[in-house]
Amino acid sequence: MAEKLWIKAGLTDSEYELLTKHMEREPNTVELALYAQMWSEHCGYTHTRPLFKHFLTTGPRIVQGPGENAGIVDIDDDEVLTFKLESHNHPSAIAPFQGAATGVGGIVRDILAMGAYPIASLNSLHFGYPGDAGHTRWLISEVVHGIGEYGNCLGVPTVGGELRFADAYKGNPLVNAMCVGYMKKSEIKKAIATGVGNSLMIVGNLTGRDGMGGASFASKDLDEENEEDRGAIQVGDPFMEKLLIEACLEVFEEDYVVGVQDMGAAGILSSSVETASKAGNGVEIDVALVPKREEAMRPEEVMISESQERMLLIVRKGMEDKVNKIFHKWDLHAVVIGHVTDDGIYRVLENGKTVGEVPVWSLMDAPTYVLEGKEPAHLEQTRRFMNDDVAVPEDLNQVLLQLLGAPDICSKEWVYRQYDHRVQMNTVVKPGSDAAILRIKDRDKAVGVTMDSNGRYCYLNPKRGAQSVVYESARNQVVSGAEPIAITDGLNFGNPENPEVYYQLEQSIIGLSEACRALDTPVIGGNASLYNQTPEFGAIYPTPIIGMVGLVKSLSHVTTMDFKNTGDFILVIGETKEELGASEYLDQIHGLITGDVPELDLDLEQKTQQFILDIIRQGLVQSAHDISDGGMAIAIAESCITSELGAEVSFDLNLRPDALLFGESQTRFMLSASGESADKIIEIAAKQGIEAANIGRVTAHKRLSINNLEKNLINITIEDCAQAFNTGFDKMMKTDA
Amino acid sequence: MNWGVLLFPGSNCAEDCFHVIDKVLGKPVTYLWHKDTDLGDVDAIIIPGGFSYGDHLRPGAIAHLSPAMSAVKEFAEKGGLVIGICNGFQILTEARMLPGSLLQNRGLKFLCQDQTLKVDNIETPFTSEYKTDDVLVFPIAHNEGNYYAKPETIAEMEQNGQVLFRYCNPEGEISDVTNPNGSINNIAGIINRTGNVVGMMPHPERSSDNVLGLSDGKGVFISMLKYLEANKQN
Repeated sequence: MAEKLWIKAGLTDSEYELLTKHMEREPNTVELALYAQMWSEHCGYTHTRPLFKHFLTTGPRIVQGPGENAGIVDIDDDEVLTFKLESHNHPSAIAPFQGAATGVGGIVRDILAMGAYPIASLNSLHFGYPGDAGHTRWLISEVVHGIGEYGNCLGVPTVGGELRFADAYKGNPLVNAMCVGYMKKSEIKKAIATGVGNSLMIVGNLTGRDGMGGASFASKDLDEENEEDRGAIQVGDPFMEKLLIEACLEVFEEDYVVGVQDMGAAGILSSSVETASKAGNGVEIDVALVPKREEAMRPEEVMISESQERMLLIVRKGMEDKVNKIFHKWDLHAVVIGHVTDDGIYRVLENGKTVGEVPVWSLMDAPTYVLEGKEPAHLEQTRRFMNDDVAVPEDLNQVLLQLLGAPDICSKEWVYRQYDHRVQMNTVVKPGSDAAILRIKDRDKAVGVTMDSNGRYCYLNPKRGAQSVVYESARNQVVSGAEPIAITDGLNFGNPENPEVYYQLEQSIIGLSEACRALDTPVIGGNASLYNQTPEFGAIYPTPIIGMVGLVKSLSHVTTMDFKNTGDFILVIGETKEELGASEYLDQIHGLITGDVPELDLDLEQKTQQFILDIIRQGLVQSAHDISDGGMAIAIAESCITSELGAEVSFDLNLRPDALLFGESQTRFMLSASGESADKIIEIAAKQGIEAANIGRVTAHKRLSINNLEKNLINITIEDCAQAFNTGFDKMMKTDA
Repeated sequence: MNWGVLLFPGSNCAEDCFHVIDKVLGKPVTYLWHKDTDLGDVDAIIIPGGFSYGDHLRPGAIAHLSPAMSAVKEFAEKGGLVIGICNGFQILTEARMLPGSLLQNRGLKFLCQDQTLKVDNIETPFTSEYKTDDVLVFPIAHNEGNYYAKPETIAEMEQNGQVLFRYCNPEGEISDVTNPNGSINNIAGIINRTGNVVGMMPHPERSSDNVLGLSDGKGVFISMLKYLEANKQN
């Protein structure tokens, strides 16, 4: 090629050289477009794939690990769950409503493609602090609106997730959506194009020029030039998706379909390449047959369009009319656009004339890059932090109120009341809890679903930070009565070509993998979103996001954080150390993002989590809450606010008051239990070498009082706590809504 | 007693209603398809919530023109029991089977929360299980639930006891502060003049299965069942 067209397409010189070697000639423009999309980070995982070797991906409950549209876990009784998360960061930065909406749509189709009915949606959102920035407030409102509008219309309840803030996300917000699906084991579908002569049918929406090159758009830094990439953002139609769900599931009831794949990043191209590659077959697609909503689309445009609400079905030869009939019932079309071949070639036709042909394997064989990481310079500084660097504030009541209203901690009701979280009638524990709990109809069991992250922790210690996030997810599950089963991970990082970012990526993956091994919660799928940075604000915090699913073996095990009865004893499980580093308290009260992430002991963590689950299953626990952001005082206050009861507790710990109240020592839980049960819990804990202390009681008078060494530290009304907690978000958004 | 749940493209609470009749009430129930005009042998019809036709144009605007809805009208004219929940309510007002219409919430946002309601009229086939002034918890989940009708229509409805439920606070107080969406007179659910067609924004079906921690809504379906059984025997 005279001009270096491949550079414009997003490929490097060496990648171009490699693909000409694979093809044994130079590509035409259609073929170049195929490689550019399939070899992008988004489709080809060029920087992350070599690191995936660290992951544990198998286990007794794992039916399907990474490599399909979504992973699958066994929840007994021949029933399975499938779940996955996906990022939609760059689209959401530029067109937040559509970016977030289509993020939900995409992940729901991944679940549908497994043959499952989507039963829950979650999302993890990260923004800069709104402050006076109208732009950030707009982003938040639009993203929440987009998620709500799409999920509500689909009738998939949005039951949980998180919303966190840091300046690091100012230029590049994060929008990660997760979906969980349910099905019988016998209903599982795969993304595979078996059977030479079988038909490729496209179902759902028409194909247009929206979302052109979305995969490669997501695989470079976000800067002003991206404004030109607006065409790379898709437009969502939840009504179409709803029909697609109903029609596909009806088709799946019959034996018409051998394979299914969602059309996500890189559209028809990647969905068909992946299914062909898995079967070791070739495919032939005629772009003229694809139903379009625009005229004069070039072949490569049809192939890489990311128009939403489309699926690829691999249909048994002769069954096409039957499939079409069901889609017609739902006023949809199902159109044959090509078929499976035996030559291993990916062939694109236009009105029967070949316009591109390349080996299937070469499209799937994106080159990978193992780079040399370098420890980020800031760590040397932040590790030197000592607790003595900050003074203990005088008015600790004030600190507590300020933290309760802090953006990361305050109530997110403003967000989740815009989401239908009750549709489908499975939501046993609603958003705003440690984990959302969904019952499985007609069974005495339920599932716990969570999404967690902590960018600040990972910024201050990528490896231990990532471990902490996995553990916190698992703690959120066990306090709710669920046994953690498996995770899906969303790897959100800056540009990996920067050695410091690569270090964060590598260390986070190692930390995450170690924690998953220790807890025996394999990684069954996930998503990588790199290049999250802007020239103005730099790279985001390294932000691995953990989506976790757990099994509640009986509905009687379901436990929530709110205190239940006046007079119950309050217990703290785990050791409180003098650890202020990386805390929400240092960040919010002292304006410091520094120190090291609190210590972790993998064995102790595993043992303690099992203990919590055991005593919940024995019926000894009235309420349970994990102690995380904002520490002990926040955990107690939250249990008081949600129950509208008070608490009187006292400690005998030789610690700085702020470390006792707001430090974030790991592996800690706060429980309440009746007198007899409390004694029993402490007895069992002692036998297992787990620290447990009875610190006080739940009271009817609505005050929170915390003493240490007979000195009062906190004495405040629950009403004041609730006021701070419930108005924090509105204050930040500066709205009256 | 056969129940029918009407299914439109975009209905998303049909399975929930089906579940309550089938599993909670233990009664026979079938889906009715929007393209059909033969409703079969049903004694009561539920028009479920959701986003029929994607709420295109406005909620209920397309659904009310479907073939099945003309059959539903005939069914109601013969005295059959019809209840429209959420989008079903919107469809019934579009079909003019109930007065008024549902505007966008005054907060301009979708609103999903567990809502307290007060029962206003217990002398209907839909509310006989309740006591006057009972305070109930039903979830709401809607963007267009702000009930509006002309002042003279409202006056007439109030006089006829056509208001079945009103939004209130947990203490049962009805005021502007306890009004989640701006509905006139805090109206959450209404009944037609002849007393056999109900529309309501709150979801009684979501408040019918004890496992979910809410059970006040069951009364609506049990009331209907008792009415049907009594009338069948006569």
